[in-house]
Amino acid sequence: MMQIVVIGNGMVGYKFCEKLIAKAPHQFQITVFGEEIRPAYDRVHLSEFFAGKSADDLSMAPASWYEENGIKLHLGDPVQTIDRTNKKVISFHGIITHYDVLVIATGSAAFVPSIPGVEKKGVFIYRTIEDLELMAEWAKKSKKGAVIGGGLLGLEAAKAMLDLGINDTHVIEFAPRLMPRQIDAAGSAILTSKLEALGLSIHTSKNTIEIAGDDAIQSMKFSDGSHIDADMLVISAGIKPRDELAIQCGLTTGERGGILVNETMQTSDESIYAIGECALYNSMIYGLVAPGYEMADIVVTNLLGGNKAFLGFDMSTKLKLIGIDVASFGNPFAEGDGIRSITIEDRNKGIYKRINISSNGKTLLGGVLVGDADQYNALLQTCKNNIVLPPNPEDIILGARGSDADQGAGITALPDDALICSCESVSKIDICNAVSEAGCETVDAIKKCTKAGTGCGGCIPMVKDLMLYTMKAQGKIVRTVLCEHFNYSRQELFDLVKIKKIKTYDEVLSELGTGDGCELCKPPVASILASLWNENILKKGNDTAQDSNDRFLANIQKGGTYSVVPRIPGGEITPEKLIAIGEVAKKYQLYTKITGGQRIDLFGAHLSDLPNIWQELIDAGFESGHAYGKSLRTVKSCVGSTWCRFGLHDSVSFAIQIEERYRGLRSPHKLKGGVSGCIRECAEAQSKDFGIIATEKGWNLYVCGNGGSKPQHALLLATDIDEETCVKYLDRFLMFYVKTADPLTRTATWLNKMEGGIAYLKAVVIEDALGMNATWEADMDNHVNTYECEWKAAIETPELRKRFNHFVNAPAEKDPSIQFDEMRTQKKAKDWK
Amino acid sequence: MTEAISATWFLACNTTDVPENGGVCIKYNDEQIALFNFTRRNEWYATQNECPHRKQMALSRGMIGSNNNEPKVACPFHKKTFSLQTGECLSGDECSIKTYPVKIEDGKVFIGV
Repeated sequence: MMQIVVIGNGMVGYKFCEKLIAKAPHQFQITVFGEEIRPAYDRVHLSEFFAGKSADDLSMAPASWYEENGIKLHLGDPVQTIDRTNKKVISFHGIITHYDVLVIATGSAAFVPSIPGVEKKGVFIYRTIEDLELMAEWAKKSKKGAVIGGGLLGLEAAKAMLDLGINDTHVIEFAPRLMPRQIDAAGSAILTSKLEALGLSIHTSKNTIEIAGDDAIQSMKFSDGSHIDADMLVISAGIKPRDELAIQCGLTTGERGGILVNETMQTSDESIYAIGECALYNSMIYGLVAPGYEMADIVVTNLLGGNKAFLGFDMSTKLKLIGIDVASFGNPFAEGDGIRSITIEDRNKGIYKRINISSNGKTLLGGVLVGDADQYNALLQTCKNNIVLPPNPEDIILGARGSDADQGAGITALPDDALICSCESVSKIDICNAVSEAGCETVDAIKKCTKAGTGCGGCIPMVKDLMLYTMKAQGKIVRTVLCEHFNYSRQELFDLVKIKKIKTYDEVLSELGTGDGCELCKPPVASILASLWNENILKKGNDTAQDSNDRFLANIQKGGTYSVVPRIPGGEITPEKLIAIGEVAKKYQLYTKITGGQRIDLFGAHLSDLPNIWQELIDAGFESGHAYGKSLRTVKSCVGSTWCRFGLHDSVSFAIQIEERYRGLRSPHKLKGGVSGCIRECAEAQSKDFGIIATEKGWNLYVCGNGGSKPQHALLLATDIDEETCVKYLDRFLMFYVKTADPLTRTATWLNKMEGGIAYLKAVVIEDALGMNATWEADMDNHVNTYECEWKAAIETPELRKRFNHFVNAPAEKDPSIQFDEMRTQKKAKDWK
Repeated sequence: MTEAISATWFLACNTTDVPENGGVCIKYNDEQIALFNFTRRNEWYATQNECPHRKQMALSRGMIGSNNNEPKVACPFHKKTFSLQTGECLSGDECSIKTYPVKIEDGKVFIGV
């Protein structure tokens, strides 16, 4: 059996093994040596390690995968010597292995410039999970960070610093602009201003001459005489190919590094190949993962008797840097020879787009996108496939104005062999066939079938568009339906339930659906029923259609206990009520914490204690806070003009009024509000589903903001309105949302998907474009008039109250499996087993 | 729900103690059993109450439903779903739950243990 040895277990080394195993299982004896202690992991998404991903999440394949496929994997054991004469490699631990074919995939290392002081503590490189772990440890006591390198990797490292909580971070770039290889000066300027708005300090044309400090870094000095203080530094100034083994065994290498290869990735020794970032082809190092994968594919193909050559690789890239889209494709800087450029610069929104067009105006040569790269895939395909440009080429970056016909045409115009996923070399026809022949009708199914979208993931929107386009072409109706039991969208179902006046989940299923229902359709249907009729959610058999939290009117927590959140409108509470909460917490031994929404959360309640706890809270004047429901949570407020020396109006009173108006309103997702008494915005109202900010003349109303994983500022809906108008607009806005949003869609996403965006929303809510405002206001009045506290009803109704027991055949006993630990004199849930 | 296996029948509760299309938890010695009244299918099911994913005593509080006509329960914690017939995990995990036979006599629910 032919023996193949792979040196390096990074992404490209792994991909070589994967492709070889897929095409020719058990035909070769494969041995892999890796320097790191972990099997190959996704280095492209390394910065997600700080955003909460674990090393396992990033792993390409577990160690067991290698074993199952007969691959000998030696980790933490780098090859030390290549003996070309005897065709052997010798590892650090002394393992000697013979090879017939040797594949070098040693990748690259961080390039560390020789600056005095570079060896000091607190100076890091950004390359491996170990580097990241070291950084995380040091960052705990750091306050001021710096990154040398304003390229792609440097900005990734800057993001990592922000994720580590070092908000005061400086980016130092030697060149006059950020990302000099990918984007032009104007694009860099927009990127710089966006990064500065996020709190990064950007310094360009800066040459670091000294890293100063005693034992650890304290400051950095530059050639222009300036300096900054910093107690942590990450050097991410570029890469250098790992070619030391190749040099040692006499393979030809480039002057500035890299193992010289021909178009089949062969080195100067015909038994030895080099792939990935260590390979030098045509005077170029390809520092992206997609060309590395292509190189792996070429070696595999040729080993199996095929004939495939590397012809260079498109270095177009699209990435999200700290939430900002940056993309460049084709030749981003093309100039001269009658080449014309079209640029759009929107400093208001922070968007820059440039396309370079051939002298005859027919072909797209390349371009740059900053701030909004939605058109990247379409532009890249137009560029790579030489698709003839429309008569007004600016349309392709201005976006479809007034019609959406262009989008579909973009996909249809692509030739069948257009490469959609460059990481895995998947073409348009492969994806269309996966849909039409293999029957894949979800993006996940296509990923499994073709591997498209499993690399960097940048092509997924296009894969989805192609899937929908192919399904439509097959005459399949593509709609967002709830699940297998309902062939309706939430909005359709909402209207049908309303017209048919149906009051229970079971009847909705019988009349409008099929089968037995499931956890996907039960909560949204139960929510529709509650939004429409405002009846008690636990009555008429609807209790078992509720999600668990709604069913028990409390939030289930780790360990199986529940948390209790009484409503504290606007965050205002009397000392008597504070004492009442304290007494209840003491009596039932609950952990107490102030929530982000200015309320008090009581954790660790046994199911059977919930009715008693609520009895006492209700007696003390509290009511349900609906923290368990997809409904209004809180309306946060600042203290406002009653106390604050800056306050313009009484924000607390207004917040209470609003919270009490919309309490209990069931909606597609949770709703949060905020009211600030002046422009200082202490209530953070612009991060809420609706936010109200006092002005000299009245109130400004903002809508569709969001905190959470994808923060988004709310947009201004109306200016300087009085309280009555504000409530009217809110009634309409909320009812429009409740009626039309998909399940579990927050207002921000709902607006993002809305055609016409905020302008359309204004037309509907303010100008009554749909003629629905009177109805919605009446619906909201009805909601307000029929509101009742669910917990009051639950404790007063014996058949509801008896559901709050753990054992139905031993109601007095609590769940014996519940255990707590202690922390800072309070209890906490025992960790997951 | 085969009665062929030789089971000891344990009187769990009255049929009216279990909500329609929902579950309750039954104490049997030191075990916890989730009992489901699948009214829509006119069927009863019993499984272990512990969700094997995070070892939480919670399946009886989960929503029940079907997937291609296979009856299932979704754990309230992370929505892992399990077949009520075979106990197999339907959301792709390598874990399963124990199931028990159930019989109804004179408005009483018996679980085969």
